[in-house]
Amino acid sequence: MNGGERMEFLEQLIQQLINGVSLGSIYALIALGYTMVYGIIKLINFAHGDIYMIGAYVGFFATANLGLSFVPSLILSMIISGLIGMLIERMAYRPLRHAPKIAVLITAIGISLLLEYGGMLVFTPQPRTFPNVLESTTYHMGPFVVNSQQIIILVVSVILMIILTYVVQKTIIGKAMRAVSFDTDAAQLMGIDVNRIISATFGIGSALAAAAGVLVGIYYNSIDPLMGIMPGLKAFVAAVLGGIGIIPGAMAGGVILGVIEALVSGFISSTFRDAAAFAILIIILLFKPSGLFGKNVREKV
Amino acid sequence: MRAITKKDLKIFGACAVVYAIIEALLQMNVIGSFWELNLILIAINIIMAVSLNLINGYTGQFSLGHAGFMAVGAYVSAIITVKFHLPFLLAILVGALASGLLGFLIGLPTLRLNGDYLAIATLGLGEIIRITILNIPYVGGASGFMGIPRYTNFAWAFFVCLFTLFFIKNFVNSSHGRACISIRENEIAAEAMGIDTTKYKVIAFTTGAAFAGVAGALFAHYFYIAHPASFTFMMSFNYLTMVVMGGLGSITGSIAGAVILTFVSAALASWPEWRMIVYSIVLILLMLYRPQGLFGNMELTSLSIFKRFKGGSK
Repeated sequence: MNGGERMEFLEQLIQQLINGVSLGSIYALIALGYTMVYGIIKLINFAHGDIYMIGAYVGFFATANLGLSFVPSLILSMIISGLIGMLIERMAYRPLRHAPKIAVLITAIGISLLLEYGGMLVFTPQPRTFPNVLESTTYHMGPFVVNSQQIIILVVSVILMIILTYVVQKTIIGKAMRAVSFDTDAAQLMGIDVNRIISATFGIGSALAAAAGVLVGIYYNSIDPLMGIMPGLKAFVAAVLGGIGIIPGAMAGGVILGVIEALVSGFISSTFRDAAAFAILIIILLFKPSGLFGKNVREKV
Repeated sequence: MRAITKKDLKIFGACAVVYAIIEALLQMNVIGSFWELNLILIAINIIMAVSLNLINGYTGQFSLGHAGFMAVGAYVSAIITVKFHLPFLLAILVGALASGLLGFLIGLPTLRLNGDYLAIATLGLGEIIRITILNIPYVGGASGFMGIPRYTNFAWAFFVCLFTLFFIKNFVNSSHGRACISIRENEIAAEAMGIDTTKYKVIAFTTGAAFAGVAGALFAHYFYIAHPASFTFMMSFNYLTMVVMGGLGSITGSIAGAVILTFVSAALASWPEWRMIVYSIVLILLMLYRPQGLFGNMELTSLSIFKRFKGGSK
């Protein structure tokens, strides 16, 4: 490799890192919902990726039909999807609170299929073109290209993560969430309404996924009812990568996964992008199942 | 306990009669090609559902990657018949061997995981298998493996399905099968009783994968084509629905689940978007109101009306 080739390689590397970080912050937003729900009721909410799809559609209707601008439609989408998340928890998961884990997992798969194919029926399977609510300007910084939408994705994700960290660490509901996640029974004995906290967790997680949906809709310009499947699974990989149940882990895991995917599609082949995410999942599960940020917990008999 | 009991012989006799009737109807063109296709699909789906039940229902290891093993069976058997021009039976066997081997290699490390982690890992592995096949130009890559001869007919599907049922029934009723069931009931207790849990989990997983390969071989040699887009995790969810509907840990339950859901999707053939909605609602309602499935872990043959047929088989 001579000097020129090395420069080119470095330039492409940094370009892929820029793309990876903005993609990764989307994964991080979705992964937060997975990790919070898993932290509290030990359920992989398979339907979480589809809430992200619903969020994108609410954002689409808010901008295309109601003519709202970016921030109001983002907030509207977060509120509506949050409520849908809470409704799903109330209808499908709460009756199974004491059922075997597998039963809840199968229900989650069922809800996910229902949202996907119900979405096909209601929204039609044709992809919709997201209205151009944010002007896309391209900035050239030396050899690198940064899109203004990538910056907005990053900024909005960081703001939402700061708000989430504040809610979890400083407010009374966040304290209750941490207590329930640490020990549900003890929390209940201390007078915490566990069902209300679980409901709130689903609401917050779903709202974050909806925000990711709106951001992706604006970035890729196209949404469809099955758009939630792959990002949903990958966000789960991100959550496991960072250590499931750990909020900073989900943020870091999302960004790391986004960067790895961008590197794989940039340097190897974009068809192997999805395989890379699953390969990471399997490697992490085999060698450090508690994730990068997790502590090993011994199983007690 | 003998491998073939009197009761088995009676059931084989009954199956031979059923086969003769259906084959006669097919020959006389009473059953049209649409229902012939569905009869063959039922047989393939039964093989898939029963082999998945061995992993998910009897051993309690939640796998979501069954379609991946089916894909391996489909592609490997197609290579045998198309590229090497060898007989179909050999193709089925090699397909089964290949997916069984892959199941063994995958199962050995991943079966250390439990519950939902295993579910996601197997789902991911199924997708990795599919994406890998997609990137192999030798088998057609993204456009699929075309030009596979149609060797599968009703006779092949029926008798291979019967063999699968017989094999898995005997496996479950053997000491290996009881070891698997003990793992499902309580893994720690099973281990404390001296059962090599990893060994039995891997045996169940490998056997299940091998039969998925058989189903894949039949599938590819009926539809002339093996396409990577057919073997997504949606397909694994299909089979999961059949198993859960029939009852985790019931062979006759899986048969019933496969038959019912194949008919449902045949009936909804003109409204394909409704098919998955029906499947998802079936899954949710079953989990909410009858989580053990239609049959629980009972067999149809253990109902009292069948008791008098049992004779001295115990």
